Amino acid sequence: MTQTVSRPAGAHQVPLPLDVEAIRADFPILTRTVRDGKRLVYLDSGATSQKPRSVLDAERWFYENINAAPHRGAHQLAEEATGAYEAARATIAGFIGAADNEVVFTRNSTEAINLVAYALSNAATAKEPEFRRYAVGQGDEIVVTEMEHHANLIPWQQLCERTGATLRWLGLTDDGRLDLADLATVVNERTKLVAVTQQSNILGTINPLGDIVARAHEVGALVLVDGAQSVPHQPVDVAALGADFLVFSGHKMLGPTGVGVLWGRYEVLDALPPFLTGGSMIEVVRMEGSTFAAPPQRFEAGVPMTAQVIGLGAAVEYLQALGMDKVLAHEEALTAYALDQLHAIPGVTVIGPPDTVARGGAISFTVEGIHPHDVGQVLDDLGIAVRVGHHCAWPVVRRYGVPATTRATFYVHTGYDDIDALAEGVREAQRFFGVAPVVTEGGTN
Amino acid sequence: MQLQSMYQDIILDHYRNPHGRGLRDPFEAEVHHVNPTCGDEVTLRVHLEGDTIADVSYEGMGCSISQASVSAMYDLVIGKDVTTALGTGEQFMRLMQSKGDTAVAEELEDDLEDAVAFAGVSKYPARVKCALMSWMALKDASARALSAPSSTPIEKAG
Repeated sequence: MTQTVSRPAGAHQVPLPLDVEAIRADFPILTRTVRDGKRLVYLDSGATSQKPRSVLDAERWFYENINAAPHRGAHQLAEEATGAYEAARATIAGFIGAADNEVVFTRNSTEAINLVAYALSNAATAKEPEFRRYAVGQGDEIVVTEMEHHANLIPWQQLCERTGATLRWLGLTDDGRLDLADLATVVNERTKLVAVTQQSNILGTINPLGDIVARAHEVGALVLVDGAQSVPHQPVDVAALGADFLVFSGHKMLGPTGVGVLWGRYEVLDALPPFLTGGSMIEVVRMEGSTFAAPPQRFEAGVPMTAQVIGLGAAVEYLQALGMDKVLAHEEALTAYALDQLHAIPGVTVIGPPDTVARGGAISFTVEGIHPHDVGQVLDDLGIAVRVGHHCAWPVVRRYGVPATTRATFYVHTGYDDIDALAEGVREAQRFFGVAPVVTEGGTN
Repeated sequence: MQLQSMYQDIILDHYRNPHGRGLRDPFEAEVHHVNPTCGDEVTLRVHLEGDTIADVSYEGMGCSISQASVSAMYDLVIGKDVTTALGTGEQFMRLMQSKGDTAVAEELEDDLEDAVAFAGVSKYPARVKCALMSWMALKDASARALSAPSSTPIEKAG
């Protein structure tokens, strides 16, 4: 690692790019207390983010004023609901530099990935020749990585089981990076699709997608990027990314639950058969058989999650007002500070890149002598919400020889005070379980 | 601080000095149970003499609650017949569902001995499954042991 680490020496606090106090005032939930009056220190945005008032207001506005099923009916409410739904699509598409008709709404990232995986196996049996272009079958290979969230692993395992294709994967290095040494052999002429995360939800690693995309396209494979942990935290532009698919979840980027996004290059989406079928994804329906609408409607069967889409549009506007460059810089500063604070505690080991080079604000760690659940319980008692366990990335914890980790994740309302609380909480856990460097007899305060 | 209500000294003692830990021969059934939401694991063997539990041996990894629970369970079930042991398991389940109701803990105190210290865990729904994992494994292993052909001990591990 030759690149200079940008973090300050020691535990110095550089001025944060975002006004944390002003932002906190936008999040109603941050005013509540937990566990007998403690301030809520929310360090679990990687699991789901909290919602600013503007997102909640947007959903309420929809239901109170224009609630109707979009793309159906000719009454005024239906027109207005359709308009608001499509306006939100345009806002969200603009956020990632995409065309409106390349943005498909799904329930979440998981469903978006399943949509693609099922479309690829449905392609093998599609009656329409134009839908068979990307069919996956025996002899084909799908490539993933060892750091994928289960959402970007199991759908591909299942696709391979359905079709007889073979699953291959890129491994990890000891410092939490993708091992690209055998990229050229793992991704080869048999590869039909490479599925890779842009940022690991457990290690925080930001992956060098350029090399992977270039190799995949060299052999004619599609690339799906899991952006669930990147799109909320850094500027992402699909043209610069160069991939064929990008998926992300609304609820991890200040938006509501129940809405996610599949972005796909239009020519690829247009060559895929549907996943879920039913109302509003059709062109002509007869009892003998039906034809299907063009994307994105082809992949949006049934009345969509309209209020949630409008809420996600409001979330995107909130992030745009802050500026994604600032969001990224804010989290980089917090990550540098948190790594310093955690590295300073004897017995704490960070699982993942040890510095801020190509690394986002998800920090997994272990505390010697204390199981992560027990660390999390002590933190919870202090009002600090973190994630414990294998983080839906079981192969990763197995790779690094730990049963589980404690994970802190940051977002726009996170400040240095939250990190200080985390570090003090870890020390408290060491005192409570009697593994602190200075042991107090009796094990408790 | 509420933590002490969960992490009773008895629980921490069992965690630091587990009773009966290790996998031993002979046994009639071995099961492997996991808690898929967090990755806690236990491998547990049961050795019966007639319908009496002669030995329960185990290895596992997990949080203090899951590891202390299997240790306290070991003390409660050795030498008991299967029906009585599983009845104790039912009582432990009741304790875990008590949501911190002290009346339930007092009622069960005589039967559950050290395991009544887990009453505080019942106030934390996310941790109840940690405490129950070993009992689920025991129930599973006992059923398998009883249905094993004439309860022939398996002499070789694995």
